[in-house]
Amino acid sequence: MSAPDYFEFFGLEPKLALDLADLEQRFYRLSRELHPDRVQRLPPASRQRSLDQSALLNDAYRTLRDPVARTEYALKRLGLAADPNHAPPELLEEVFAWNEALEVRDPAQLEAGRSRFAALRDQADAELHSLFGPFDDGDPTAPARIRAVLNRRRYILNLLQTAAHV
Amino acid sequence: MSDLLQIDFGQREQSPVIGIDLGTTNSLAAFLDLTGPVVIPGEDGERLVPSVVYRSPEGEIVVGNAARRMLIDDPSRTVYSVKRLMGRGVADIADERKLFPFRIAPESDAVIRLDLGDRTFTPPQISAFILIQLKKNAEAYLHQAVTQAVITVPAYFNDAQRQATKDAGRIAGLEVLRLVNEPTAASLAYGLDKRSSGIVAVYDLGGGTFDISILKLHEGIFEVLATNGDTHLGGDDIDNRLLRIALEDVATEWGIDPSNDGSLVQTLRRAVIDAKERLSFAPRAAIDLAWQARKYQREITRDQFEALIRDIVDRTLGPCRNCIEDAGVTPEQIDEVVLVGGSTRIPLVRQAVETLFRARPHTDLNPDEVVALGAAVQAGILTGAVDDKLLLDVTPLSLGIEMMGGVVSKLIHRNSTIPASATEVFTTAVDGQKNVLIHVLQGERELVKDCRSLARFDLKDIDPLPAGAPRIEVRFLIDANGILSVTARDQRTAKEQSIEVKPSYGLTDNQVEAMIQESFAHAAEDLRERQVREARLEADQILAAVEKARANPAWDEMTATEQALIERALNQLLTVYHSEDHDLIRAHIELLNQTTARLAEVMMDAAVRTALKGKTL
Repeated sequence: MSAPDYFEFFGLEPKLALDLADLEQRFYRLSRELHPDRVQRLPPASRQRSLDQSALLNDAYRTLRDPVARTEYALKRLGLAADPNHAPPELLEEVFAWNEALEVRDPAQLEAGRSRFAALRDQADAELHSLFGPFDDGDPTAPARIRAVLNRRRYILNLLQTAAHV
Repeated sequence: MSDLLQIDFGQREQSPVIGIDLGTTNSLAAFLDLTGPVVIPGEDGERLVPSVVYRSPEGEIVVGNAARRMLIDDPSRTVYSVKRLMGRGVADIADERKLFPFRIAPESDAVIRLDLGDRTFTPPQISAFILIQLKKNAEAYLHQAVTQAVITVPAYFNDAQRQATKDAGRIAGLEVLRLVNEPTAASLAYGLDKRSSGIVAVYDLGGGTFDISILKLHEGIFEVLATNGDTHLGGDDIDNRLLRIALEDVATEWGIDPSNDGSLVQTLRRAVIDAKERLSFAPRAAIDLAWQARKYQREITRDQFEALIRDIVDRTLGPCRNCIEDAGVTPEQIDEVVLVGGSTRIPLVRQAVETLFRARPHTDLNPDEVVALGAAVQAGILTGAVDDKLLLDVTPLSLGIEMMGGVVSKLIHRNSTIPASATEVFTTAVDGQKNVLIHVLQGERELVKDCRSLARFDLKDIDPLPAGAPRIEVRFLIDANGILSVTARDQRTAKEQSIEVKPSYGLTDNQVEAMIQESFAHAAEDLRERQVREARLEADQILAAVEKARANPAWDEMTATEQALIERALNQLLTVYHSEDHDLIRAHIELLNQTTARLAEVMMDAAVRTALKGKTL
């Protein structure tokens, strides 16, 4: 059993710019059809099928409604899986500055670092959304550019998380 | 099933599915009739069945109000608030033991055993006694055997607590069709779907647990956006605050240590609860104790009471804020707030909710009954009697696996709509390795030691290959009850991989099976009584069906001999009806079935003809 395609499951083209209200309507409609509550009186095999399909529906909805999860999924379909823990070179300067702030424990510097990371995340989000159009239009360079943005975003999120605990 | 009965019930082979609220303090059952969900009263006519179990020296089990009285007369053979122990190990309950007179048997470890006279029982077994009582009440009320139920659990219950509840159902001889989260069940009962869409918060403060759920309603779909809570926070904690003061008073005034006298403590506990309940309506109330010709009294004002419990009420606010945040809404976007659970009668609780949600909460339905009523609606959804509503619930806690260095890697995040699944591929670290151990945890923290261990899954009989070569695909599935199951498959051979499950807390399947057997062995009497009762219920049904059939035109089509045979079988069944021999009753039911077979046939033909005629017209 190869994993069914989430976009196909919803009857959608694999596009990143998604109408969320439409996705929700499709989710509700499919839920009414597939949810285990609707098949309680059927034989065990049908119930198991409903359980599997319903889990798939929920997993797919959770993935597609979130812009980052959706994009990661779309890239994975193209064989461009995440590149874990690879520090993007353009961020190295930021990280050096942050580590220095950590050493001296200067509250002002730490706070500045935090807001800088938050700004970088917002910037990455904006970049990501601006690439939805080119991706959906079939621009061959879009997937790799999106991959780079997502890698950077993931790295920034990790930094933000550690920064929050300091 | 008899042919006549099939006609009578429109060919549906449906026995009623009841909804059960298995509460910390009180339990109750409800079912859906044509007018909507209704509460099933107990033997004594009371609607609430106190979740108290007493075991007499002769081994007789008493549940409910009668058992609650035994808390005072014979406290060492009586258990209450056992829900607090469901799905927990001895190490978990150090705090509870300071406040509750649980008599934990020394052999307890991952599964707690409670002393009840000369025998020990696990919390699921004790809960099963409560369920058996509710089942009995329902059968007496509905005049039908009841074998299936929907049972509610706190939304914030973890996997082990849910599993323990399901085990209790099995031990009680009930097939648990669904576990429903209490706040979600309450929202079903409220008929909130009358508004076509909106955001609703359900604040549920019961005897021992607190839940908050935020739902989005859309044309009959109840979609839970987020849930949060505390499975050890409730009215019990408030009682214990008052009780501690009263115990200190009595110790000083009477010069004795009352805490060693179980009977005195329980009498005082009753007095404290009475005072608490009166304080919800009056500005002051007295704790009144009369005990062996001695008296103790202390007046408490509502202000004093509120100062005493404020921090308990405040503890509910953190989960509420987290839930609002997880739901991705602001308090202003929440259209309605619903209060559930007896503790929400306390004015301070209502104030706190009003302040936080900036909305006056709904209190139209009895907060003690609304959960059971909702469970009955969910039962109707499962049987198909209700087809315009659908509940989409979430898992309250993240599910993860242990990674190198004691870190948890999350696979399914909290507030994911269930059923939900995740797939991970595992491999080996050493050449020829044949087993891989997967440790599954539930919780929000990063480290294994801060999460709740669910189970260890041992992937066995892996083909001996070089390290890293095997690829075992493991699928984690949380079903609509919020319970995890795990399956594994070898990606190379596509073969199902065998897994051995070692639950960290709670009972293994074999243990539950043994308890079901044990409950029969120890209750052979009970079993016989049940079989007799069920046989009589069956007899009631067929007798009623024959009575009805005699008024049918088909009756006149029977020959005189056939009619006489039916009369004879019917009279014979009536003669043996009160016998204690269920086989005898069943044999006569069968005879009546056989003699009425042609009558049923003729009636069925007539019914079909009428239906066809209707079509051609």
